[in-house]
Amino acid sequence: MFGFVVNRLLATIPVMMIVTIFVFLFLRLAPGDPAAVLAGDNGSPQQIIEIRERLGLNQPVLVQFGTWILGIAKGDFGKSYFFKKQVSELILLRVEPTIALATTTLIITILVAIPIGVIAAYKHDTWIDWIIMTLSVVGFSIPAFVLGYILIYLFAIEINLFPVQGYKPLAEGFWPFLHQLILPSLTISAIYIALIARITRASILEVLGEDYIRTAYAKGLKPNSVLLKHALRNAAVPIVTVIGIGIALLTGGVIVTESVYNIPGIGRLIVDAVLNRDYPTIQAIVILFSFFYVIVNLLVDLTYSLLDPRIRY
Amino acid sequence: MTDESKIQPILEIKNLTVDLPNDSDRIHAIEEISIYVDPCEILCLVGESGSGKSVTAFSVMGLLPKDQLTPSSGTIDLMGENLLEVSAKRLRELRGARMSMIFQEPMTALNPTMTCGDQINEVLVTHTSMNYAMRRAKVINILGQMQLTDLSSIADSYPHQLSGGQRQRIMIAMALVLDPVLLIADEPTTALDVTTQEQILRLIKEIQHNHETAVLFITHDFGVVAEIADRVVVMQAGRVIEQGPAKLVLKQPNSPYTKMLISSVPNFVSHCRPLTKNAPIVLATKNLCKTYVRRGLFQKTREIRAAHSVNLEIRRGATLGIVGESGSGKSTVARCIARLIDPTSGHIYLESYDIAQVSQNSLRALRSRVQIIFQDPYRSLNPRRTVGASIIEGLVNYGMSKKEAYNRACLLMPLVRIDPDVLNRFPHQFSGGQRQRICIARALAMEPDLIIADEAVSALDVSVQSQVLELLDDVRRRLNLAVLFITHDLRVAAQVCDTVAVMHRGEVVEYGEATRVFDNPQHEYTRALFAAAPGRGFDFANVSIST
Repeated sequence: MFGFVVNRLLATIPVMMIVTIFVFLFLRLAPGDPAAVLAGDNGSPQQIIEIRERLGLNQPVLVQFGTWILGIAKGDFGKSYFFKKQVSELILLRVEPTIALATTTLIITILVAIPIGVIAAYKHDTWIDWIIMTLSVVGFSIPAFVLGYILIYLFAIEINLFPVQGYKPLAEGFWPFLHQLILPSLTISAIYIALIARITRASILEVLGEDYIRTAYAKGLKPNSVLLKHALRNAAVPIVTVIGIGIALLTGGVIVTESVYNIPGIGRLIVDAVLNRDYPTIQAIVILFSFFYVIVNLLVDLTYSLLDPRIRY
Repeated sequence: MTDESKIQPILEIKNLTVDLPNDSDRIHAIEEISIYVDPCEILCLVGESGSGKSVTAFSVMGLLPKDQLTPSSGTIDLMGENLLEVSAKRLRELRGARMSMIFQEPMTALNPTMTCGDQINEVLVTHTSMNYAMRRAKVINILGQMQLTDLSSIADSYPHQLSGGQRQRIMIAMALVLDPVLLIADEPTTALDVTTQEQILRLIKEIQHNHETAVLFITHDFGVVAEIADRVVVMQAGRVIEQGPAKLVLKQPNSPYTKMLISSVPNFVSHCRPLTKNAPIVLATKNLCKTYVRRGLFQKTREIRAAHSVNLEIRRGATLGIVGESGSGKSTVARCIARLIDPTSGHIYLESYDIAQVSQNSLRALRSRVQIIFQDPYRSLNPRRTVGASIIEGLVNYGMSKKEAYNRACLLMPLVRIDPDVLNRFPHQFSGGQRQRICIARALAMEPDLIIADEAVSALDVSVQSQVLELLDDVRRRLNLAVLFITHDLRVAAQVCDTVAVMHRGEVVEYGEATRVFDNPQHEYTRALFAAAPGRGFDFANVSIST
């Protein structure tokens, strides 16, 4: 187990290297010039050249890459072109709202999706199952920004139950913090609830056909115990896989939702960085996200072995 | 009257009919079944697949799949209580406590994510108010009665960490921990090796005797019946066609169907066949070894010798049987010979060409010369392709036009006794025996020199088994093929093999002409295998119908 974790952590090194190369090259292949953005609409060609020189953008790409990598090796992700701050500082400032949003989303998703998935499987082919499955199609189909505005309209403007927009840090108290986060979290959750409820249902349905479920009934267990003690744990591996993928994809959902609800998180930061061609910031965030993705995958793999004793590393 | 003097049966099923869903090939899964099980008695319910024996057992436990199978009439009395009328709650109280069940495949019947001890403990939690210490003591005690050793470590093991025999003992322990009055055993030894089967049968008999349990034992194997039954009920297509004391039914069956079932059990007498000593050798292995190595960065390297120094020879027109229990290495040898896996060392001569270390590319030309028939015809045919497409796939891969390949498939079908018109049907439209014959046709289509039959009849009913064996032998004779026949069943090997190799723990422990090995086994392991075969003292082939 220990060896496995060490191996996997070592394996992240080449992965991260490939990611850095790709993100660096693709950014420079993409159209747009940070110097032109910084100079503004009225900037003269002379100004643009000066800015380029200042940012080191006139150097050969390989040299730029080398300077950047050497910086990272020293823990320096560079300075943002646009915000004029150290990128690491910038990310630290913005990371709390995003982590908060992702965590509440995840908790809501798991608390809702798994129970309704289990119920749908148990009530397979009844009206309860049909309703749950129909709702999950709806959840899949509504884009996050549409759902976001619908929820704002219903719960913030019409009923006035939740604030329309904005974010309160955890430091200002847990309840105001949560109160602000509920609508954005629900917005992102919808698609994951739909996805995970479906996979839970499918997975449980498959397990319910297994021989050991019959054995459990033959022991005289109640349907509830059979479902929760025997079926769910055996169905957990695919569910955890999808939750893992969901966490990774969450980064995408966070970007849209932070814009809709005006939350000052990483998602907003990356949107701003892309619009302004702020290379150092984009690169750092992409690396952060990929590292996060690798770690989530590792955690998912470790969870497998907790859930299923046959899986050993 | 006679009724009063008769002991009250533990289980009495009267006129039970269970309906099949509307679109099935018959209306009733079982029809007007009346059977009873007396106290301290082992009743064997015998029949082939589809006879309704399992449906009968599941009806008793109330475990029939909802909406698909419903008892429509009759009664099931367990000590005076009609199980078809009791509430769901009462049924749960009875299950696991008064009546319990063990299943065919202990690997799948046990929950892989719970320790064995926890699974037994769950029965106690559900039905009793014992505290943890009492439950643990009871679990250890019942495991001890199962003749297991190292009890607390077994209780803390997960099913996959145990052997097949141990797993089935866990199942039995779980079923008997609350001393039920009725134990239903659904083919409990079918998935086990012969030697394990013998131990489990003996265990069930002993426990049944000690606990005075009534046992409803379901089996398709008359060998097992001869071993264990007090009384026998024979079922065919959902009806009881014969019942009576085991000795009587086995010696003088009333119905032709029972007689057919009994005489389909192959016996140990090896068939004498014209010797093929001068025929050319098609395949020979020399010091064939396969070692699995498990490496890890931080773990000790582990080696598992799956096959060690195996020397075999198969001549044209002859059948070599490799006999052994699971884990003996027989399938490893077969897979090395077909080069589905790469041997670690040694030689495999296909005619005079050593294929042991040939690269995958050059192997392609040789692939058509060795064909395999696998164990389970339900899974070895692609369910989404017509059987015709499955048969011609190999030929088309080797460059034959579809039309030509199809013509060849049509010519082959009479050889395996299947109508060529059905080539455009899908596998699920055929019975198990037909499917296995289709698999044989698929292998033959390639015009191989050697056919490997890997447990090719193990998944089939006895009567079908004998047909397929006979067909395989007929094909071998007509096409003068070499056959490598892998089986765990000595009786099957006796029927078709010219030479036999007995494998044990990766090594060939006995190798020689079939008649010699069967009449006079030399190695102690071979003798142990013979001794373990169920119903060995019974001459199944020569049963007469009583008149």
